Amino acid sequence: MGIFKAENIVKNYANHRALDNVSIEIPENTVYGLLGPNGAGKTTFIRIINQITAPDSGKLYFKGRELKPEDIHSIGYLPEERGLYKKMKVGEQAVYLARLKGLSKHDAMKKLKYWFEKFEITAWWDKKVEELSKGMAQKVQFIVTILHEPELLIFDEPFSGFDPINANLLKREILELRDRGATVIFSTHNMGSVEEVCDHITLINKSKNILSGEINDVKNRFKTDEYKFLLKSKVEDLSFLPANEYKIIDTKDLRHDCQEILIKSLEPKGKNQLIKLMSGHSEIISFNELIPSMNDIFINVVEKSNKN
Amino acid sequence: MKSKILLVLSREYSSRVKKKSFILMTILAPILFAGFFVFVGWMSAKKDTTEKTIAVIDDTNLFQSSLTDTDILKYEFIKDKSVDDIKSTFEKDNYYAVLYISKSVTDGSNGVIMYSTKKTSLSVQSSIERVIEKRLFNDKLNAQGIDKNLIEAAKTNINIRTIEWGEEGQEKESSSEVATALAFGCGFLIFMFVLMYGVMVMRGIIEEKSSRIVEVIVSSVKPFQLMMGKIIGIALVGLTQFAIWIALTLILVVGAKAIFMPELKMNPDQAVVAQNIMEHNSQMSADATTMMASANNMGEMQQILESLYNINWGLIIFAFFFFFIGGYLLYAAIFAIVGAAVDNETDTQQFMFPIMIPLYVGFYAMFNVVQNPDTAMADWFSIIPFTSPIVMLGRIPFGVPVWQLVLSMVLLVITFIGATWFAGRIYRTGILMYGKKPSYKELWKWFKY
Repeated sequence: MGIFKAENIVKNYANHRALDNVSIEIPENTVYGLLGPNGAGKTTFIRIINQITAPDSGKLYFKGRELKPEDIHSIGYLPEERGLYKKMKVGEQAVYLARLKGLSKHDAMKKLKYWFEKFEITAWWDKKVEELSKGMAQKVQFIVTILHEPELLIFDEPFSGFDPINANLLKREILELRDRGATVIFSTHNMGSVEEVCDHITLINKSKNILSGEINDVKNRFKTDEYKFLLKSKVEDLSFLPANEYKIIDTKDLRHDCQEILIKSLEPKGKNQLIKLMSGHSEIISFNELIPSMNDIFINVVEKSNKN
Repeated sequence: MKSKILLVLSREYSSRVKKKSFILMTILAPILFAGFFVFVGWMSAKKDTTEKTIAVIDDTNLFQSSLTDTDILKYEFIKDKSVDDIKSTFEKDNYYAVLYISKSVTDGSNGVIMYSTKKTSLSVQSSIERVIEKRLFNDKLNAQGIDKNLIEAAKTNINIRTIEWGEEGQEKESSSEVATALAFGCGFLIFMFVLMYGVMVMRGIIEEKSSRIVEVIVSSVKPFQLMMGKIIGIALVGLTQFAIWIALTLILVVGAKAIFMPELKMNPDQAVVAQNIMEHNSQMSADATTMMASANNMGEMQQILESLYNINWGLIIFAFFFFFIGGYLLYAAIFAIVGAAVDNETDTQQFMFPIMIPLYVGFYAMFNVVQNPDTAMADWFSIIPFTSPIVMLGRIPFGVPVWQLVLSMVLLVITFIGATWFAGRIYRTGILMYGKKPSYKELWKWFKY
């Protein structure tokens, strides 16, 4: 049972359909990657989850029942277009935003104190936002997003504007939040970070959900059964591999008589047989199954869907 | 949900009231205002009081008895000398001017010439003119054998009292001067406040858009709540400022008057004139003249006071706040649309123009209405919601039929509710739109989403 479920969501704008019959189920306690090219409809979908806009049709469920207006208190949202009141003091503003999410002033102060200390930014409390750098402001925004301990967190491009050190800090926090029981929706273009943090993904292209699933399943689905051997000594004759079962894609001679061979298995007979065959002719230094990166899958799937 | 509007509202209110510019403006404006009044009062009270000696060459020998010395003006009658003679010793003798009265003065207006090395003051000039005119007037009457008393007796000072008949036939003292001033003041204040605070709503929304905080906030509050919180919060800022202004202005004006103008003095020019008049009214005792004059003044003052007392203050104050709040809510909603439509203030021009037109039409109509409160134009503009807040206030001190007032108020309420609903629909889409400035057609599309 997912914490959040969207069924057949349709959203039309004046001249285009932003979401076309999109269904997504987000399992509890996971990091869920929401991927897709610019203008695919990700932001619209996120705004629908946050009840900023309403879908034209379709149903939304939160924790097994229909989504209610009060549920925004259980959701934390860090939008891509984010900012703070420039003229307002950091602490005052954080309290205000926390209270809008339903926290009492007292609770807000207590929790803010904890997080400000954790992020080592207590000294900023009385500073105006305009005095902060962009990265500093992003930290404050992150704290405000998670302060009311929402069960569902939505981060839209959370790492933009962060330096690698702070991005890493953020990544750790996101994973920690998941480990403590929260569910995270994570929207990004950065496929590297998807592989690092996501458990599940959905790929939206041209208003449609074109790919959904557990990240390893998705990767397995896009496996090409290609294997790479690094051999200690060169094998001149590869005819011991039956041509109807294996296809040699590439061979490359390396220094010290080493050789790299790329083989595609035509019949899924398993890796072990291939290794057995190969090991009779040369010493194997390394063996890899070529698993496509999320980046490759993204490009591959999106281009294919654009052609149709 | 209600408490969220309250949260937004209190942030909007306190962040503005705590601003340095607000505090400065709120305190400085009445000081400048009061300062202006005091300055004007001081200027008119403190005219030139230096003694001036004027050499008079009177060819007619008629005016020595009339042109008598006053506190400021001293006359020195010089015989057997021409203007040119005096010219050479002018500086040395320290004359202010040389007055030459030729014989032709009795039959034309060009018989008097004043020579000086500088421009002579208008008040000196006119007080001399009056003395000569009076003297000639009396002499000519005598020449015709007409009794001066007859003429004085024939003069009547008219000051129209206006009395309004009420519904039940009771009589009320009224003053159109007082009503005009009041009408104009109220109409102007509403115009100023609606414009000032309407623009403040627009700026606030643009600030939220351009700082990109708006999406964070609408994930916690409904856009409509955010908009209403802002509009109401700023209205309270306006009312606060208004209350402080009234209090401070009263304190300052009263205080300044007490310090700078302990008593109302007649200014020197008036004194000169009064003196001269007295002297030539030999038949009438000086005492009688002053008594009559002061009686007249008293009558007028009393009339003004009485008409002030008779003004329906309850209605005016009620109408002022009703139309101020109504007009503000209507225009604030429209300004909110503009704020939601654009990303930065430079893009507002295109949309500001159509808003300013009805505001200015109302403002100029109000000018006309306070002078002619009973025209069809006055009726129309005070009922149409976009101009009614300004124009109706211009009419109320003169009395407005109850049905017109009620119709105007009902229409205003309906219109601002409609405008708020309309603005809310555009607002919730507009605040999340960045990039190019939308056209009116796009605004319409947003409305329909």
